[in-house]
Amino acid sequence: MAESPVLEVEDLVRYFDVSRPWLQRVLAGEGRRTLKAVDGISFSIPKGTTLSLVGESGCGKSTVARLVVGLYRPTRGRVMFEGVELERARAVAEQRRRMQMIFQDPYASLNPRWRVKDIVAEPIRAFGLTTGAQQQDRVAQLLTQVGLSPLDGEKFPHEFSGGQRQRISIARALSSNPDFLVCDEPTSALDVSVQAQILNLMKDLQVRLGLTYLFISHNLAVVRQVSDRIGVMYLGRLVELAPAETLFTAPRHPYTRALMEAIPDLEMTGRQRIPVGGEVPSPISPPSGCPFHPRCPLANDRCKAERPGLIPARGTEQSLTACHAVEEGRDGGVPAAQRIGTTATAL
Amino acid sequence: MEPLLEVRDLRVEFPTRRGILTALDGVSFSIAPGEVLGVVGESGAGKSMTGAAIIGLLEPPGRIAGGQILLNGKRIDNLRYDQMRRIRGREIGAIFQDPLTTLNPLYTVGHQLMETIQTHLGLDGAEARRRAIGWLEMVGIPAAAQRVDSYPHEFSGGMRQRVVIALALCAEPKLIVADEPTTALDVSIQAQVIALLKGLARDKGTSMMLVTHDMGVIAETADRVAVMYAGRIAEIGPVREVVKHPKHPYSVGLMASIPPLDRKVDHLAQIDGSMPRLSAIPRGCAFNPRCPEVFARCLVERPVLLETGATRAACWLYDEASEKRAPEAMRHG
Amino acid sequence: MAATSSALGRMLDSDLWWSFKRSPITVASAVVALICVLGAVLAPLLAPHDPFDVATLNLIDAFKPPAWAAEGDATYPLGSDDQGRDVLSAIMYGARVSLLVGVCAVAFSLVVGVAVGLLAGYAGGAVDGLLMRIADIQLTFPSILIALLVDGVARAALPPAVHDRIALFVVIFAIGISAWPQFARTVRGSTLVERNKEYVLAARVIGISQLRIMLTHVLPNVLGPVLVIATLGLSNAIISEATLSYLGVGVPQTQPSLGTLIRIGNDFLFSGEWWIAIFPGIALIVMVLSVNLLGDWLRDALNPRLR
Repeated sequence: MAESPVLEVEDLVRYFDVSRPWLQRVLAGEGRRTLKAVDGISFSIPKGTTLSLVGESGCGKSTVARLVVGLYRPTRGRVMFEGVELERARAVAEQRRRMQMIFQDPYASLNPRWRVKDIVAEPIRAFGLTTGAQQQDRVAQLLTQVGLSPLDGEKFPHEFSGGQRQRISIARALSSNPDFLVCDEPTSALDVSVQAQILNLMKDLQVRLGLTYLFISHNLAVVRQVSDRIGVMYLGRLVELAPAETLFTAPRHPYTRALMEAIPDLEMTGRQRIPVGGEVPSPISPPSGCPFHPRCPLANDRCKAERPGLIPARGTEQSLTACHAVEEGRDGGVPAAQRIGTTATAL
Repeated sequence: MEPLLEVRDLRVEFPTRRGILTALDGVSFSIAPGEVLGVVGESGAGKSMTGAAIIGLLEPPGRIAGGQILLNGKRIDNLRYDQMRRIRGREIGAIFQDPLTTLNPLYTVGHQLMETIQTHLGLDGAEARRRAIGWLEMVGIPAAAQRVDSYPHEFSGGMRQRVVIALALCAEPKLIVADEPTTALDVSIQAQVIALLKGLARDKGTSMMLVTHDMGVIAETADRVAVMYAGRIAEIGPVREVVKHPKHPYSVGLMASIPPLDRKVDHLAQIDGSMPRLSAIPRGCAFNPRCPEVFARCLVERPVLLETGATRAACWLYDEASEKRAPEAMRHG
Repeated sequence: MAATSSALGRMLDSDLWWSFKRSPITVASAVVALICVLGAVLAPLLAPHDPFDVATLNLIDAFKPPAWAAEGDATYPLGSDDQGRDVLSAIMYGARVSLLVGVCAVAFSLVVGVAVGLLAGYAGGAVDGLLMRIADIQLTFPSILIALLVDGVARAALPPAVHDRIALFVVIFAIGISAWPQFARTVRGSTLVERNKEYVLAARVIGISQLRIMLTHVLPNVLGPVLVIATLGLSNAIISEATLSYLGVGVPQTQPSLGTLIRIGNDFLFSGEWWIAIFPGIALIVMVLSVNLLGDWLRDALNPRLR
């Protein structure tokens, strides 16, 4: 862990202008509207490790993924890739080559008009890595590496199932020999048995190629299997950032706890659980203070007024939480043994 | 007890230019009054199609090519469209994944609820409105008396799904077919909706067919579960048994590949390959190319549902006449 | 399923070919359209006479009725006009001009429209706003009015000698310029969808240039609807050209199109020599109808939402 981080994000902010067209705005007499997709988050990812961002839809996790590979420009804050400011790093092909992205929808992430071999070879060509017969060999090797046949290169994407397409996406991402991979919900469009295949493949590749992952997911069980550290996002902010094991054994932020409580499990204890009430507020007009306060059982006046900072949690210092209740010790301290659902495999 | 719904040897076909695709093949099950039957399977397994066939909303050119569907002992698979429409709503309520496809954006939710109540229960306007508000309260919509006059777009996603549930329930049907009712929702909202459905089924004695790919939702909600694979039922039985002691090698693999929440494993169990396309379902057992337990008989003869103890599984491992091998060895593999 | 590797094999195996074979009307229109195109393109080889060879014209043969009429002459199957030209041959040569103008005009509006639509959809923002407002403004004028305007300006601005030489190009430009907004709008719509798809983002992540992404990724995926509009646009262009020529502002007299023939025939329509106008009219209708039916089929076959 002593190695310098591959990626560092400092106070990253990204707003989107979601105002209606000028004429409509004037007629309706309303002002500009800003969606605060990412609202001041910081983290870093050491080499060879996986940081996961989890959260419900609209929490801004996918926006972070896109900021980190330069698809969006930050409104404020910095992204540093190996100590170099992202925009400067991405201006150099050799640095750009080292970051790649895997997307959620295997049906949209492959150009339907291209043959698989051309899809996989696009980064190789773009960076001028190899040509001719060498390039063909490389594509064949990549396809084999992800569990496909070199002959599959001649086919078009529609001839493959969802899981196979995701393998093609991975082969493509690996073709430029990257060090850092951003994975935006790579398995959430897949069936569970295929999801296991892809997760195993990604873990295997990480070990073999020494990859660093930023992993985006809404599925806590998946995240537990792949992560070294996990950040929980809510309305554009990190509410908790902790080592994976700590997050699951001693979740501190009330939202993290609510999220874990809400997952249906296979244990069938018949316990009556108390689902967290209410819904995620709109990121166009987030609540004041702590964004979770309208749904939080521990909220008080301070939570409504003052935005909590991400600081080490009292009791579990390796966890960072943004919660006044945890800071003040109003949360009942470290949970002795948070009951988490077990699954059929545990039996 | 007499089953409320009985599906016998249901077969659904899709004629295409490359020949007839069999989307459902020999599907049989029943649902008792007040029972929740979960139907799980991966995409393309035919679980949604089973639901669509029951409520008479198969997408053309799909058609029921064989078998029977009986509601209260009466066949409903051969009814005309208008007859089926009366049954839908009055006797079978439907909940779909996307609430926006069920709600008419041009009418208030109250109007839609009242229309259903008046049509099916023959009540007058004032009483129907009173009941509509009652249903909105029951599904947990705050300030129901005011929100009854709101339009669907004025509700958030979770609230909209609650309205859909109220709409499916308000004619007091005996059976609800719910197709992925929680899939479009975030996990915290999902838990609220599951709790709601579970409570209503229990309190009203409504039967439910719950179609989903999420084993966790089934485990929390269903009494019995049918595992589908390639248009056939692979295993059916009490939910606890299927989840904890699955017998069909596919169910075993499926349960094992669910990532556990309570610990990190180095290597997740996985089923290699993928489900066959409908145009290329193998001979014999549809699962045989992926099955770790496969033997000669599986390649030629299609298994029927066999007693395995607590569940029934379509697997030759459980036939006396087959060479016997227990699937226990692979469960932790 | 056997994998078909050759291009022909893939074509014969495609859904498009299948839906084509299943529709008798479409097959019939394709056959008719093919006959029209062949007849027009191969007119110099197939036509019984050369209507432009003054040496072969004989005023004695003027106003011959069609061959089957009482005074008909077998050398003029569809009769002859006031100059003694064979109507059938004139139709074949005229269809040649009509098709040439139609195809070139569509090609012109396609190139302009696709380029504008792609740029507007991909760039978005102010560029999109500006280009699409221009398209909107143009769409508020009837296309024939624009064509008339362009033609009129060209006539007024250019000396007659120059104008006659480039008259054909003026007509092509006039018709083509009036049809580009349709292409632009459709392509822009599809581009808006495609540019946010993940395969485009994947290309952006590795730093492929925007122009290259537009041409190699987005363009191939937005061309389906373009083909439909081009086919339907072809019949429109042929009709526009016929209208212009009928009004006497279209192609030069020396290269009469179907529209010119109808206008000439119009003078004799009520004096008994009906065939001079009616046969070119029928040829025009048959050609436009067959192309239109093909376009309709293509639209239905390429729209996956209808299947």
